[in-house]
Amino acid sequence: MTTTEIDRLIQLLSKLPGLGPRSARRAALHLIKNRESLMKPLGLAMEAAAENVQTCSTCGNLDTANPCAICTDVKRDTAKICVVEEVADLWALERTASFNGLYHILGGVLSPLDGVGPDDLTLDSLIARARGDEVTEIILATSATVDGKTTAHYITDRLEDAGVTVSALAHGIPVGGELDYLDDGTLSAAMKERRGI
Amino acid sequence: MNEISSSGAGVFFREDLTTGEVPVVTAIPHQLAVSRLTLTDFRCYRQQRLEVDVRPVVLTGPNGAGKTNLLEALSFLVPGRGLRRAKLSEITRRAADGVVAARQWAVAAKLSVGDNEIDIGTGCEIGANDNDRGRDKRVTKIDGTVVKSQAELGRYTSAQWLTPQMDRLFLEGASGRRRFVDQLIYGLDPEHAGPVAAYDHSLRSRNKLLREGNLEPQWLDSIEESMARHGIALVVRRLEVVARLQAVCRAGKGAFPGSEIAMAGQVEDWLASEPALTVEDRFRDALLTSRPSDAVIGSTSVGPHRSDFAVRHGDTGMAADICSTGEQKALLIGIVLAAARLQTEERGYTPLLLLDEITAHLDKARRVSLFELILDLGAQAWITGTEDEIFAPLGEQVQHFAINQGEFEKL
Ligand SMILES: [Zn+2]
Repeated sequence: MTTTEIDRLIQLLSKLPGLGPRSARRAALHLIKNRESLMKPLGLAMEAAAENVQTCSTCGNLDTANPCAICTDVKRDTAKICVVEEVADLWALERTASFNGLYHILGGVLSPLDGVGPDDLTLDSLIARARGDEVTEIILATSATVDGKTTAHYITDRLEDAGVTVSALAHGIPVGGELDYLDDGTLSAAMKERRGI
Repeated sequence: MNEISSSGAGVFFREDLTTGEVPVVTAIPHQLAVSRLTLTDFRCYRQQRLEVDVRPVVLTGPNGAGKTNLLEALSFLVPGRGLRRAKLSEITRRAADGVVAARQWAVAAKLSVGDNEIDIGTGCEIGANDNDRGRDKRVTKIDGTVVKSQAELGRYTSAQWLTPQMDRLFLEGASGRRRFVDQLIYGLDPEHAGPVAAYDHSLRSRNKLLREGNLEPQWLDSIEESMARHGIALVVRRLEVVARLQAVCRAGKGAFPGSEIAMAGQVEDWLASEPALTVEDRFRDALLTSRPSDAVIGSTSVGPHRSDFAVRHGDTGMAADICSTGEQKALLIGIVLAAARLQTEERGYTPLLLLDEITAHLDKARRVSLFELILDLGAQAWITGTEDEIFAPLGEQVQHFAINQGEFEKL
C-alpha cells in the first residue's frame, strides 16, 4: 500500500457522518492493523451492499428486495401506515417491536429555510397509498421539531379527504428530539398512546 | 479580630483583618457563582484559566485587552448566542493576521449555587465534516454529559448583561428591545426560549416562501398554524413576566429611577380584550388575509415580531427615548437589577451579572449606588472598566484582575 492509498482511505472515511480527519486516521489505522479480520470482510460487505441494496419503491425502505421485506410480510397489518422522516427512524421503531403495520419514508421534512418543499418528499405516493382500500390509519411519526410538526400538520391537511384516520405519536418525544435518538421504551410508549389529530 | 464584612444584606464573606490571610469566602445559599473558567481558542484566548471566589469580579485593562471577550464567554453558560450574538464560527481564535487559528472553541466552567456544584462545558466544532448535518456544531455538556439542546442550561444557570451597545437600546429599532426583554424573561422563565425560537423559525420560513412567490395554501397554512400557536404563547409569557417585573421596577432603588414598563403591539391589544384561543384564531386569520400584501413586501406585517417593549421614566413619566443619555442608562440598569431581584425571589438564586463598561455615563453618586446595590443583591457580578481607581473604594469586597492581551493578573 502506498501513502496515496492510505491517504485516499482516510479521505473517504473522513466523509462519514461524525468522523473528522483525526478519527478517520484512527479508523484507517485500525482497519489496516486488522486487515484479515476486519478490513477485507468490511470491503466485501460494502461491495455487496453497494451492489444489492435498493430503495423500496412502495415505502422507501432500504433492502435487497424490492418491494422490501416489510412491505411483503403477510403477517403485517396492511391497514396501518406509519410515516417517518428517514430509514433510521424506521429502524428505531422496528427495534421496539411496538408496531406491526407498514411504513412510509418521507425523505425529510418540509423546510423552507433548507429549501425542502413538498416535491422533494414522497408525499404524492403517500397520499396515493392512503387512498388505497385497505388503509384505515396513517400514523405520523415526524420529529417534534418545528419543521417536523409543521410537516405533520401539512400531511394531515392533504389527507383530509383520503378516508383515513390520522394519528400522531403521543407525548414523550421531546422538542427537537429526533425519533432515532429516543430510547426504545419511550418510543414504544409513544406508539401505544398515539392519538388522533 | 474576626470581622464580618457586610454590605447591607449581602453578607457573604469574612475578612481576617489582623492576620492578613486570604479571606475565607463562603457562598451564600442563593447565589449562582463561577469558581473556575477555562477558555480554549475563544476569541483572543488560546488557553486560559481563571479561578475566582464568589465575590463580584472586577476586570480592568485597556481597550482590546479581552475584557468583553471574557464576559462573552460567560454569557455562553446560559442558553442563546451569547452577548454579542455572534456566529459560532466568528468566535474561534484568530492569529494576528486575522487568519482563523483553530477549528473549534470551548468554554468550560465550574459553578456553584450554595453547596451544589455544576460543571458546564460548551463549544463548537467548525464544519469538521461537510456531510455532517449540523455544519457548525454547538455541543453542550452538563456534568460531563452531552445534553440534547443548549436550552437545558436554562434550568441550572441564568445571566443578565448590559453592554455599551445597549446604551442606544431605546433609540434604535424595536428588535433590540424585544431581545432585551426576552433575555430578562429567560432568567425568570427558562421555558420561554422554546416558543421564541419556534416562532422565529416559522416566521422566517413564511417570509422565505412569500419572497420566493410560493403561495401553496396548505403549506402556508401549516406554517401559519405554528406561528399562531407559538406566537400567542410567547406574547402571553411576555405579558405575564413583564407584569411581575413591573411590580418590582416601579419603585426606584438607590440612585436609579423606577420605571413604567409594558409590552405594546397588535397581539397585545387583542389579548387585552379576548382569550388566548380567540386571539390565536384572529392572528391566523390576519396572516391568511395578509398573504398577498406580505408577498409584495417580502415580510410578515403582523405578529409578535412587531411588538415593542415600552419604558417610561418612573418619576417624570417621560418615554425612555427622550430621556438624557445618562437617564436612559440609569433606567436600563434599574430594570436589569429589578429583574435580578425578581429572579432571586422566584428561582431562589441570583443570576450572574455581566456588566461591560457599566460605569461609563454614570456620575459618582450612581456609581457608588450601583456597587451598593450589587453587593446588597449578593450576585456574582463581572464588571469591566478601563480605570482601576473607580473600583478602589470596593476594596476586598470584590476580587480585582487586570487583563492585558488575554492574560490575567490578580491585583
Ligand atoms: Zn417497503
